[in-house]
Amino acid sequence: MTSSPPRKLRFATVWLAGCSGCHMSFLDLDEFLFDLAEKVDVVYSPVGSDAKLYPEAVDVCLVEGAVANEDNLELALLLRQHTAMVISFGDCAISANVPGLRNLWVGTEAVLDRSYLELADQGGQYPHEPGIVPELLPKVRPLHEVIPVDLYLPGCPPSAERIRLAIAPLLVGEKPLMKGSAMLRFG
Amino acid sequence: MGVITLRVNGVELAVPAGSSVLTATRQAGAQVPVLCHLDGLNPIAACRLCLVEIEGSQKLQPACSTEASEGMVVKTDSDQLQHLRRMAVELLFSEGNHVCAFCVASGACELQNVAVAVGMDHSRFPYQYPHRPVDASHHLFSIDHNRCILCSRCVRVCDEIEGAHVWDVANRGGESRIVAGLNQPWGEVESCTSCGKCVDVCPTGAIFHKEDTTAEKHPHAERAQRLRQAREQHQWHHP
Repeated sequence: MTSSPPRKLRFATVWLAGCSGCHMSFLDLDEFLFDLAEKVDVVYSPVGSDAKLYPEAVDVCLVEGAVANEDNLELALLLRQHTAMVISFGDCAISANVPGLRNLWVGTEAVLDRSYLELADQGGQYPHEPGIVPELLPKVRPLHEVIPVDLYLPGCPPSAERIRLAIAPLLVGEKPLMKGSAMLRFG
Repeated sequence: MGVITLRVNGVELAVPAGSSVLTATRQAGAQVPVLCHLDGLNPIAACRLCLVEIEGSQKLQPACSTEASEGMVVKTDSDQLQHLRRMAVELLFSEGNHVCAFCVASGACELQNVAVAVGMDHSRFPYQYPHRPVDASHHLFSIDHNRCILCSRCVRVCDEIEGAHVWDVANRGGESRIVAGLNQPWGEVESCTSCGKCVDVCPTGAIFHKEDTTAEKHPHAERAQRLRQAREQHQWHHP
Protein backbone atom coordinates (compact mmCIF):
# COMPACT_ATOMS: atom_id res chain seq x y z
CA MET A 1 0.00 0.00 0.00
CA THR A 2 1.41 3.39 -0.95
CA SER A 3 0.88 6.40 1.29
CA SER A 4 -0.58 9.48 -0.32
CA PRO A 5 1.89 12.34 -0.86
CA PRO A 6 1.78 15.10 1.78
CA ARG A 7 -0.72 17.81 1.06
CA LYS A 8 0.89 20.74 -0.74
CA LEU A 9 0.80 24.10 1.02
CA ARG A 10 -1.58 26.58 -0.57
CA PHE A 11 0.68 29.58 -1.14
CA ALA A 12 -0.23 33.12 -2.18
CA THR A 13 1.48 36.47 -2.72
CA VAL A 14 -0.32 39.80 -2.74
CA TRP A 15 0.77 43.19 -4.07
CA LEU A 16 -0.74 46.19 -2.29
CA ALA A 17 0.81 49.72 -2.26
CA GLY A 18 4.40 48.88 -3.10
CA CYS A 19 6.71 49.18 -6.08
CA SER A 20 6.71 45.39 -6.83
CA GLY A 21 10.37 45.30 -5.81
CA CYS A 22 9.64 42.64 -3.16
CA HIS A 23 8.04 40.47 -5.85
CA MET A 24 11.04 41.04 -8.11
CA SER A 25 13.27 39.93 -5.25
CA PHE A 26 11.01 36.88 -4.83
CA LEU A 27 11.62 36.03 -8.50
CA ASP A 28 15.35 36.35 -7.79
CA LEU A 29 15.00 33.11 -5.78
CA ASP A 30 15.99 31.49 -9.10
CA GLU A 31 16.39 27.70 -8.75
CA PHE A 32 14.73 27.69 -5.30
CA LEU A 33 11.53 28.53 -7.18
CA PHE A 34 11.61 24.99 -8.62
CA ASP A 35 11.84 23.52 -5.11
CA LEU A 36 9.05 25.80 -4.02
CA ALA A 37 6.88 24.84 -6.98
CA GLU A 38 7.19 21.19 -5.96
CA LYS A 39 6.11 21.84 -2.41
CA VAL A 40 3.35 24.44 -2.81
CA ASP A 41 0.37 25.24 -4.96
CA VAL A 42 0.56 28.90 -5.94
CA VAL A 43 -3.11 29.75 -5.62
CA TYR A 44 -2.91 33.53 -5.98
CA SER A 45 -0.02 35.79 -7.01
CA PRO A 46 0.69 38.61 -9.47
CA VAL A 47 3.83 36.73 -10.54
CA GLY A 48 2.78 33.09 -10.19
CA SER A 49 -0.91 32.61 -10.86
CA ASP A 50 -3.70 33.76 -13.18
CA ALA A 51 -6.33 33.62 -10.43
CA LYS A 52 -8.21 36.91 -10.24
CA LEU A 53 -10.06 36.27 -6.99
CA TYR A 54 -8.38 35.53 -3.66
CA PRO A 55 -9.20 31.88 -2.89
CA GLU A 56 -10.23 30.19 0.34
CA ALA A 57 -8.10 28.08 2.69
CA VAL A 58 -4.69 29.60 1.92
CA ASP A 59 -1.86 28.40 4.18
CA VAL A 60 0.76 31.12 3.66
CA CYS A 61 0.51 34.56 2.07
CA LEU A 62 3.31 37.06 1.47
CA VAL A 63 1.83 40.56 1.41
CA GLU A 64 3.91 43.28 -0.24
CA GLY A 65 2.97 46.92 0.18
CA ALA A 66 1.17 49.26 2.51
CA VAL A 67 -2.58 49.81 2.73
CA ALA A 68 -3.18 53.01 0.76
CA ASN A 69 -6.51 52.74 -1.04
CA GLU A 70 -9.91 51.06 -0.81
CA ASP A 71 -8.83 48.12 -2.97
CA ASN A 72 -5.81 47.49 -0.74
CA LEU A 73 -8.03 47.54 2.34
CA GLU A 74 -10.65 45.21 0.85
CA LEU A 75 -8.03 42.68 -0.26
CA ALA A 76 -6.19 42.86 3.09
CA LEU A 77 -9.40 42.10 5.00
CA LEU A 78 -10.32 39.31 2.58
CA LEU A 79 -6.94 37.61 2.65
CA ARG A 80 -6.85 37.66 6.44
CA GLN A 81 -10.17 35.84 6.50
CA HIS A 82 -8.89 33.06 4.26
CA THR A 83 -5.21 32.72 5.26
CA ALA A 84 -3.61 30.80 8.12
CA MET A 85 -0.29 32.67 8.08
CA VAL A 86 -0.04 36.26 6.87
CA ILE A 87 3.47 37.62 6.32
CA SER A 88 4.22 41.34 6.06
CA PHE A 89 6.58 41.17 3.11
CA GLY A 90 9.05 44.08 2.96
CA ASP A 91 9.30 47.54 4.48
CA CYS A 92 6.13 49.00 2.87
CA ALA A 93 3.91 46.35 4.46
CA ILE A 94 5.77 46.74 7.77
CA SER A 95 6.13 50.52 8.10
CA ALA A 96 4.29 52.02 5.07
CA ASN A 97 7.81 53.12 4.01
CA VAL A 98 7.85 55.25 0.82
CA PRO A 99 4.09 55.13 0.06
CA GLY A 100 3.57 56.33 3.65
CA LEU A 101 5.39 59.58 2.94
CA ARG A 102 2.16 61.02 1.61
CA ASN A 103 0.97 61.01 5.24
CA LEU A 104 3.07 64.18 5.58
CA TRP A 105 0.12 65.83 3.84
CA VAL A 106 -3.05 65.61 5.88
CA GLY A 107 -6.02 64.07 4.07
CA THR A 108 -6.51 62.79 0.53
CA GLU A 109 -7.48 66.17 -0.91
CA ALA A 110 -4.14 67.77 -0.04
CA VAL A 111 -2.31 64.80 -1.57
CA LEU A 112 -4.37 64.84 -4.76
CA ASP A 113 -4.05 68.63 -5.08
CA ARG A 114 -0.30 68.39 -4.77
CA SER A 115 0.10 65.44 -7.16
CA TYR A 116 -2.51 66.07 -9.83
CA LEU A 117 -3.08 69.84 -9.79
CA GLU A 118 -0.03 71.70 -8.43
CA LEU A 119 2.52 69.46 -10.13
CA ALA A 120 0.59 68.97 -13.39
CA ASP A 121 2.30 70.36 -16.50
CA GLN A 122 -1.06 71.31 -17.99
CA GLY A 123 -4.73 70.48 -17.65
CA GLY A 124 -4.42 69.04 -14.16
CA GLN A 125 -7.42 67.05 -12.91
CA TYR A 126 -8.27 64.52 -10.22
CA PRO A 127 -8.24 60.88 -11.34
CA HIS A 128 -11.91 59.94 -11.10
CA GLU A 129 -13.26 56.66 -12.42
CA PRO A 130 -15.53 55.05 -9.84
CA GLY A 131 -15.31 51.26 -9.83
CA ILE A 132 -11.99 51.32 -11.73
CA VAL A 133 -9.64 53.73 -9.97
CA PRO A 134 -9.83 53.00 -6.22
CA GLU A 135 -10.27 55.92 -3.84
CA LEU A 136 -7.32 56.78 -1.60
CA LEU A 137 -7.67 56.16 2.12
CA PRO A 138 -7.04 59.23 4.33
CA LYS A 139 -3.78 57.68 5.59
CA VAL A 140 -1.40 55.05 4.30
CA ARG A 141 -1.02 52.38 6.98
CA PRO A 142 1.23 49.42 7.67
CA LEU A 143 -0.54 46.08 7.19
CA HIS A 144 -0.50 45.18 10.90
CA GLU A 145 -2.54 48.29 11.72
CA VAL A 146 -5.33 46.91 9.53
CA ILE A 147 -5.20 43.13 10.10
CA PRO A 148 -3.29 40.84 12.49
CA VAL A 149 0.05 39.78 10.99
CA ASP A 150 1.84 36.54 11.87
CA LEU A 151 5.39 37.21 10.63
CA TYR A 152 7.43 40.23 9.56
CA LEU A 153 9.98 39.98 6.74
CA PRO A 154 11.71 43.36 6.48
CA GLY A 155 13.88 44.82 3.73
CA CYS A 156 13.49 47.20 0.84
CA PRO A 157 13.38 44.78 -0.77
CA PRO A 158 14.20 41.74 1.37
CA SER A 159 17.01 39.92 -0.46
CA ALA A 160 16.17 36.66 -2.20
CA GLU A 161 18.34 34.89 0.38
CA ARG A 162 16.38 36.41 3.26
CA ILE A 163 13.10 35.40 1.58
CA ARG A 164 14.40 31.85 1.14
CA LEU A 165 15.53 31.64 4.78
CA ALA A 166 12.10 32.88 5.89
CA ILE A 167 9.92 30.59 3.78
CA ALA A 168 11.98 27.38 3.68
CA PRO A 169 11.14 26.53 7.34
CA LEU A 170 7.45 27.14 6.64
CA LEU A 171 7.49 24.37 4.04
CA VAL A 172 8.37 21.87 6.75
CA GLY A 173 5.92 23.29 9.27
CA GLU A 174 8.40 25.37 11.26
CA LYS A 175 8.54 29.09 11.96
CA PRO A 176 11.70 30.89 10.85
CA LEU A 177 13.90 32.63 13.42
CA MET A 178 13.80 36.29 12.44
CA LYS A 179 16.94 37.45 14.22
CA GLY A 180 20.17 39.26 13.39
CA SER A 181 21.28 41.37 10.47
CA ALA A 182 20.72 38.66 7.87
CA MET A 183 17.00 38.46 8.66
CA LEU A 184 15.96 41.78 10.17
CA ARG A 185 17.62 44.88 8.70
CA PHE A 186 15.28 47.56 7.33
CA GLY A 187 16.15 49.25 4.05
CA MET B 1 44.77 55.00 40.71
CA GLY B 2 42.12 53.18 42.75
CA VAL B 3 40.31 50.13 41.56
CA ILE B 4 36.62 49.29 41.89
CA THR B 5 35.36 45.71 41.92
CA LEU B 6 31.81 44.92 40.86
CA ARG B 7 29.66 42.22 39.23
CA VAL B 8 28.07 42.49 35.79
CA ASN B 9 25.70 39.67 34.77
CA GLY B 10 27.37 37.49 37.37
CA VAL B 11 30.89 38.25 36.13
CA GLU B 12 33.22 39.67 38.75
CA LEU B 13 35.57 42.33 37.43
CA ALA B 14 37.74 45.29 38.36
CA VAL B 15 37.72 48.70 36.68
CA PRO B 16 39.67 51.90 37.43
CA ALA B 17 37.90 54.17 39.92
CA GLY B 18 35.85 56.77 38.09
CA SER B 19 34.86 54.37 35.29
CA SER B 20 31.27 54.38 34.11
CA VAL B 21 29.01 51.36 34.49
CA LEU B 22 29.03 51.23 30.66
CA THR B 23 32.80 50.72 30.67
CA ALA B 24 32.35 47.90 33.18
CA THR B 25 29.61 46.23 31.12
CA ARG B 26 31.85 46.30 28.06
CA GLN B 27 34.72 44.84 30.04
CA ALA B 28 32.36 42.06 31.12
CA GLY B 29 31.59 41.34 27.47
CA ALA B 30 27.96 42.48 27.72
CA GLN B 31 26.37 44.00 24.61
CA VAL B 32 24.62 47.13 25.83
CA PRO B 33 23.27 49.19 22.91
CA VAL B 34 23.91 52.96 22.85
CA LEU B 35 22.95 55.79 20.52
CA CYS B 36 23.70 59.07 22.29
CA HIS B 37 26.86 57.82 23.98
CA LEU B 38 30.11 58.18 22.10
CA ASP B 39 33.55 57.47 23.51
CA GLY B 40 35.36 60.81 23.66
CA LEU B 41 32.25 62.91 24.39
CA ASN B 42 30.72 63.61 27.79
CA PRO B 43 27.72 61.33 28.50
CA ILE B 44 24.24 62.83 28.70
CA ALA B 45 21.97 59.74 28.94
CA ALA B 46 19.53 61.05 26.32
CA CYS B 47 18.62 57.91 24.37
CA ARG B 48 17.93 55.62 27.39
CA LEU B 49 19.05 52.53 25.51
CA CYS B 50 21.86 51.72 27.95
CA LEU B 51 19.54 51.48 30.98
CA VAL B 52 20.64 48.71 33.34
CA GLU B 53 19.40 47.21 36.59
CA ILE B 54 21.51 47.93 39.64
CA GLU B 55 20.81 45.91 42.76
CA GLY B 56 19.39 48.07 45.53
CA SER B 57 18.17 50.76 43.15
CA GLN B 58 14.43 51.05 42.46
CA LYS B 59 15.03 52.92 39.23
CA LEU B 60 16.82 51.73 36.12
CA GLN B 61 20.07 53.63 35.61
CA PRO B 62 21.75 54.75 32.39
CA ALA B 63 25.07 52.87 32.24
CA CYS B 64 26.81 55.67 30.31
CA SER B 65 26.41 58.35 32.97
CA THR B 66 26.44 56.23 36.16
CA GLU B 67 29.75 55.82 37.90
CA ALA B 68 30.76 52.27 38.84
CA SER B 69 31.02 51.84 42.60
CA GLU B 70 32.49 49.20 44.89
CA GLY B 71 30.37 46.06 45.24
CA MET B 72 27.81 47.10 42.61
CA VAL B 73 25.72 44.29 41.13
CA VAL B 74 24.61 45.13 37.58
CA LYS B 75 22.27 43.31 35.19
CA THR B 76 22.23 44.32 31.52
CA ASP B 77 19.91 41.91 29.72
CA SER B 78 16.91 40.95 31.87
CA ASP B 79 13.59 40.38 30.12
CA GLN B 80 12.40 43.75 31.40
CA LEU B 81 15.42 45.57 29.95
CA GLN B 82 15.11 43.82 26.59
CA HIS B 83 11.43 44.71 26.47
CA LEU B 84 12.09 48.36 27.32
CA ARG B 85 14.97 48.72 24.87
CA ARG B 86 12.95 47.40 21.97
CA MET B 87 10.11 49.73 22.92
CA ALA B 88 12.51 52.69 23.04
CA VAL B 89 13.81 51.90 19.56
CA GLU B 90 10.27 51.51 18.18
CA LEU B 91 9.41 54.90 19.67
CA LEU B 92 12.47 56.47 18.01
CA PHE B 93 11.38 55.10 14.63
CA SER B 94 7.73 56.09 14.97
CA GLU B 95 8.51 59.55 16.37
CA GLY B 96 10.54 60.77 13.38
CA ASN B 97 10.49 60.16 9.64
CA HIS B 98 13.04 57.38 9.28
CA VAL B 99 12.89 55.75 5.85
CA CYS B 100 15.91 53.46 5.47
CA ALA B 101 15.02 52.74 1.84
CA PHE B 102 16.48 55.98 0.52
CA CYS B 103 18.48 57.25 3.48
CA VAL B 104 22.02 58.49 2.99
CA ALA B 105 23.17 56.48 6.03
CA SER B 106 21.48 53.14 5.23
CA GLY B 107 23.95 50.32 5.86
CA ALA B 108 26.10 52.49 8.17
CA CYS B 109 23.35 53.79 10.46
CA GLU B 110 23.52 53.20 14.20
CA LEU B 111 19.72 53.45 14.55
CA GLN B 112 19.29 50.79 11.85
CA ASN B 113 21.89 48.61 13.63
CA VAL B 114 20.24 49.05 17.02
CA ALA B 115 16.88 48.01 15.53
CA VAL B 116 18.51 44.73 14.49
CA ALA B 117 20.20 44.33 17.87
CA VAL B 118 16.95 44.68 19.83
CA GLY B 119 15.06 42.42 17.41
CA MET B 120 12.69 45.07 16.07
CA ASP B 121 10.77 43.54 13.14
CA HIS B 122 8.03 46.20 13.19
CA SER B 123 6.84 49.13 15.31
CA ARG B 124 3.84 48.60 17.52
CA PHE B 125 3.39 52.36 17.74
CA PRO B 126 1.74 54.33 14.93
CA TYR B 127 4.13 56.51 12.92
CA GLN B 128 3.67 60.19 13.66
CA TYR B 129 4.82 61.82 10.40
CA PRO B 130 5.93 65.10 12.02
CA HIS B 131 6.68 68.06 9.77
CA ARG B 132 10.42 68.70 10.01
CA PRO B 133 12.63 70.83 7.78
CA VAL B 134 15.84 70.15 5.89
CA ASP B 135 18.52 72.85 6.13
CA ALA B 136 20.79 72.76 3.06
CA SER B 137 22.16 76.28 3.48
CA HIS B 138 25.70 75.17 4.38
CA HIS B 139 28.00 74.90 1.37
CA LEU B 140 29.33 71.42 2.29
CA PHE B 141 26.81 69.74 4.57
CA SER B 142 23.06 69.44 5.16
CA ILE B 143 20.93 68.60 8.17
CA ASP B 144 17.69 66.66 7.67
CA HIS B 145 15.69 67.00 10.87
CA ASN B 146 13.40 64.15 9.78
CA ARG B 147 16.23 61.72 10.57
CA CYS B 148 17.40 63.35 13.81
CA ILE B 149 17.00 61.38 17.06
CA LEU B 150 18.21 64.27 19.27
CA CYS B 151 21.20 62.33 20.58
CA SER B 152 23.07 65.66 20.73
CA ARG B 153 26.38 64.19 19.64
CA CYS B 154 26.71 67.08 17.16
CA VAL B 155 26.09 69.58 19.95
CA ARG B 156 28.73 67.98 22.15
CA VAL B 157 31.42 67.33 19.56
CA CYS B 158 31.20 70.92 18.32
CA ASP B 159 31.31 72.31 21.86
CA GLU B 160 33.72 69.92 23.57
CA ILE B 161 36.17 69.09 20.81
CA GLU B 162 35.94 71.68 18.06
CA GLY B 163 35.22 74.47 20.55
CA ALA B 164 32.89 76.28 18.15
CA HIS B 165 29.53 75.48 19.80
CA VAL B 166 27.47 75.94 16.65
CA TRP B 167 24.70 73.55 17.74
CA ASP B 168 22.11 73.56 20.50
CA VAL B 169 18.83 71.79 21.30
CA ALA B 170 15.89 74.19 21.11
CA ASN B 171 12.28 73.89 22.31
CA ARG B 172 10.69 71.16 24.45
CA GLY B 173 9.13 67.69 24.04
CA GLY B 174 7.97 66.80 20.54
CA GLU B 175 8.97 70.24 19.28
CA SER B 176 12.60 69.76 20.30
CA ARG B 177 15.11 70.14 17.53
CA ILE B 178 18.74 70.86 16.84
CA VAL B 179 19.40 74.50 15.92
CA ALA B 180 22.47 76.14 14.43
CA GLY B 181 23.75 79.41 15.95
CA LEU B 182 20.88 81.52 17.25
CA ASN B 183 18.32 79.40 15.37
CA GLN B 184 19.77 80.52 12.02
CA PRO B 185 20.26 78.73 8.73
CA TRP B 186 23.45 76.68 9.19
CA GLY B 187 25.18 78.37 6.27
CA GLU B 188 24.81 81.77 7.96
CA VAL B 189 26.45 80.77 11.25
CA GLU B 190 29.88 82.38 11.20
CA SER B 191 31.23 80.37 14.13
CA CYS B 192 30.97 77.14 12.07
CA THR B 193 34.47 76.13 10.96
CA SER B 194 33.12 73.59 8.42
CA CYS B 195 35.28 70.94 10.14
CA GLY B 196 32.70 68.18 9.58
CA LYS B 197 32.98 66.67 13.07
CA CYS B 198 29.19 66.76 13.46
CA VAL B 199 28.88 64.76 10.23
CA ASP B 200 31.44 62.23 11.50
CA VAL B 201 29.64 61.53 14.78
CA CYS B 202 25.96 61.74 13.72
CA PRO B 203 24.62 58.20 14.29
CA THR B 204 21.94 58.48 11.58
CA GLY B 205 21.58 60.21 8.22
CA ALA B 206 20.54 63.51 9.83
CA ILE B 207 23.82 65.36 9.16
CA PHE B 208 25.58 64.43 5.95
CA HIS B 209 27.90 65.52 3.17
CA LYS B 210 25.92 67.11 0.37
CA GLU B 211 27.44 64.96 -2.34
CA ASP B 212 26.39 61.71 -0.63
CA THR B 213 23.19 60.02 -1.81
CA THR B 214 21.41 56.82 -0.70
CA ALA B 215 23.64 54.55 1.42
CA GLU B 216 26.75 56.61 0.65
CA LYS B 217 27.42 58.10 4.08
CA HIS B 218 30.47 56.75 5.88
CA PRO B 219 30.50 58.14 9.42
CA HIS B 220 33.65 58.26 11.50
CA ALA B 221 32.50 58.16 15.10
CA GLU B 222 36.00 57.07 16.20
CA ARG B 223 37.58 60.41 15.22
CA ALA B 224 36.16 62.25 18.24
CA GLN B 225 37.75 59.75 20.60
CA ARG B 226 41.09 59.92 18.79
CA LEU B 227 41.17 63.69 19.00
CA ARG B 228 40.44 63.58 22.70
CA GLN B 229 43.16 60.98 23.28
CA ALA B 230 45.58 63.05 21.25
CA ARG B 231 44.96 66.12 23.36
CA GLU B 232 44.68 64.55 26.79
CA GLN B 233 47.12 61.66 26.60
CA HIS B 234 49.38 63.01 23.85
CA GLN B 235 48.79 59.92 21.76
CA TRP B 236 49.05 61.31 18.27
CA HIS B 237 49.48 58.14 16.30
CA HIS B 238 47.02 55.32 15.97
CA PRO B 239 47.77 51.94 14.53
